[in-house]
Amino acid sequence: MSTFDWIIRLVSEYWQSFLVGTGNTMLMALVGTAAGFVIGLLIAMVRTIPIGEGASPFRKWVFRIVNFILNAYVEIIRGTPMLVQALIIHYSLFVPLKMHHLLSAIIIISFNTGAYMAEIVRGGIMSIDKGQFEGAHAVGMTHWQTMVHVILPQAVRNIMPSIGNEFVVNIKDSSVLSVISITELMFASKQAGGSYSKFVPAYLICAFIYFVLTFTVTRILRFAEKKMEGGASYTICGSQSDPSAEIRLTKQEERIGE
Amino acid sequence: MSETVEKTNERMISLCHLAKKFGENEVLRDINLEVHRGEVVSVIGSSGSGKSTMLRCINLLERPTEGDILYHGDSILAPNTNLSAYRTKVTMVFQQFNLYNNMSVLKNCVIAQTKVLKRTKEEATKIAMEYLTKVGMDAYINARPAQLSGGQKQRVAIARALSMHPEVILFDEPTSALDPEMVGEVLDVMKSLAQTGLTMIVVTHEMAFAREVSDRVLFMDGGYIVEDGTPEEIFRNPKMKRTKEFLSRVL
Ligand SMILES: Nc1ncnc2c1ncn2[C@@H]1O[C@H](COP(=O)(O)OP(=O)(O)OP(=O)(O)O)[C@@H](O)[C@H]1O
Ligand SMILES: [Mg+2]
Repeated sequence: MSTFDWIIRLVSEYWQSFLVGTGNTMLMALVGTAAGFVIGLLIAMVRTIPIGEGASPFRKWVFRIVNFILNAYVEIIRGTPMLVQALIIHYSLFVPLKMHHLLSAIIIISFNTGAYMAEIVRGGIMSIDKGQFEGAHAVGMTHWQTMVHVILPQAVRNIMPSIGNEFVVNIKDSSVLSVISITELMFASKQAGGSYSKFVPAYLICAFIYFVLTFTVTRILRFAEKKMEGGASYTICGSQSDPSAEIRLTKQEERIGE
Repeated sequence: MSETVEKTNERMISLCHLAKKFGENEVLRDINLEVHRGEVVSVIGSSGSGKSTMLRCINLLERPTEGDILYHGDSILAPNTNLSAYRTKVTMVFQQFNLYNNMSVLKNCVIAQTKVLKRTKEEATKIAMEYLTKVGMDAYINARPAQLSGGQKQRVAIARALSMHPEVILFDEPTSALDPEMVGEVLDVMKSLAQTGLTMIVVTHEMAFAREVSDRVLFMDGGYIVEDGTPEEIFRNPKMKRTKEFLSRVL
């Protein structure tokens, strides 16, 4: 049989496990990216707390220690392969705790993504003009109010492409979690191929599915980004003489100054 | 605009031996200043003389390295100062407007009222509309900052500051980033504010404004307040050589 015939055969026999694998891959990537984003957001918010000259020595020390721990987390996770992290965390923690494998995998991928997201969000925050902070501080808004209402909405919007990119990376990189026996796409393909010792056709199917997933997700994200760029016009509300009058103006050079 | 507003002797802001260093760079040196309720004080001087730094110290965007800042006689550098509450009373308008890019014009004027002053949304909206109308920007409440001209942005920024019901507004070169044809609309708003009894400290390169609108003019050079007097005194009979030189360059 040709490779093509084997592909047909494997798909018709194992389509269910490919489907389950695809589902689990998407689940891990989706939850992992979302949870990783939350972790990254929290870390970045802590790491960007301004520690003014007026702060007490105690506060400074607490801040320094917390920062050290967060930095260590970010650097270590980013500096080691997820495969290795998965094996260490899984066998030292989750196996003894008898945790569900899928849950274990999701925690590992979230933990991993969190480190990357921390840097992405921090970059997003730092890219916001200092004037945005000062405009908020000058009318009495506290650091947290400024962050929540002014800075983070802008920062998150700016880093949307990077967040989407992390999602796509996670779809692919979750494949390494097959080492802890999650029936994700890679694991499903290995099993299907193994049954006839026909690995190349199985991995071709696998590659095809990954590509369809990442390609589709990339397109959807790009579309969403376009949508998020906001309305192209705004409405001028009625003049005194005619309160219901509405004039629509078209957006000009909307991106300038943003 | 003919209503007369009494200038009182009530002290709003006092700067006592204020100094600010950035590393080794002494930007403000021994600044002493008293600003009373209702006064409109213009600050002039060449670039790098420390005008912005002085305003930023008053709003505590910069922490002075020496000296004290009193608000109604109380130090705002004391550790127990409620900085947020102070800044609602002594607020600032910037050269670069610093409107929140992620919010509409109306939201720009409402957000700090609801979050800092805990006003209800209805009340805050009403107050914001009142001031947006006053600066002639009520028609643009749905616009985003990026959709406005510089002059319009600055008028919104002024409305945003006014919505907090401050006692003092610090203006740092509010017209310097504007195209010449938009300077007038912002100055007009500021002139009308000057008549309302609001205390204003205005760093400006608009000598006509300093001369005609302010009660007092400060000339700064090299981190010092070199001269402090009525517009008449400063522009007609400057006592100091440096003031004369500066004025002959800009007038
Ligand atoms: N954050 C800072 N760090 C270091 N130096 C600073 C900082 N801010 C201002 N300076 C320095 O302080 C000096 C005074 O600056 P300041 O902005 O107060 O001048 P200015 O009178 O407002 O000038 P301009 O008319 O150009 O706005 C300048 O030499 C400037 O380089
Ligand atoms: Mg300046």
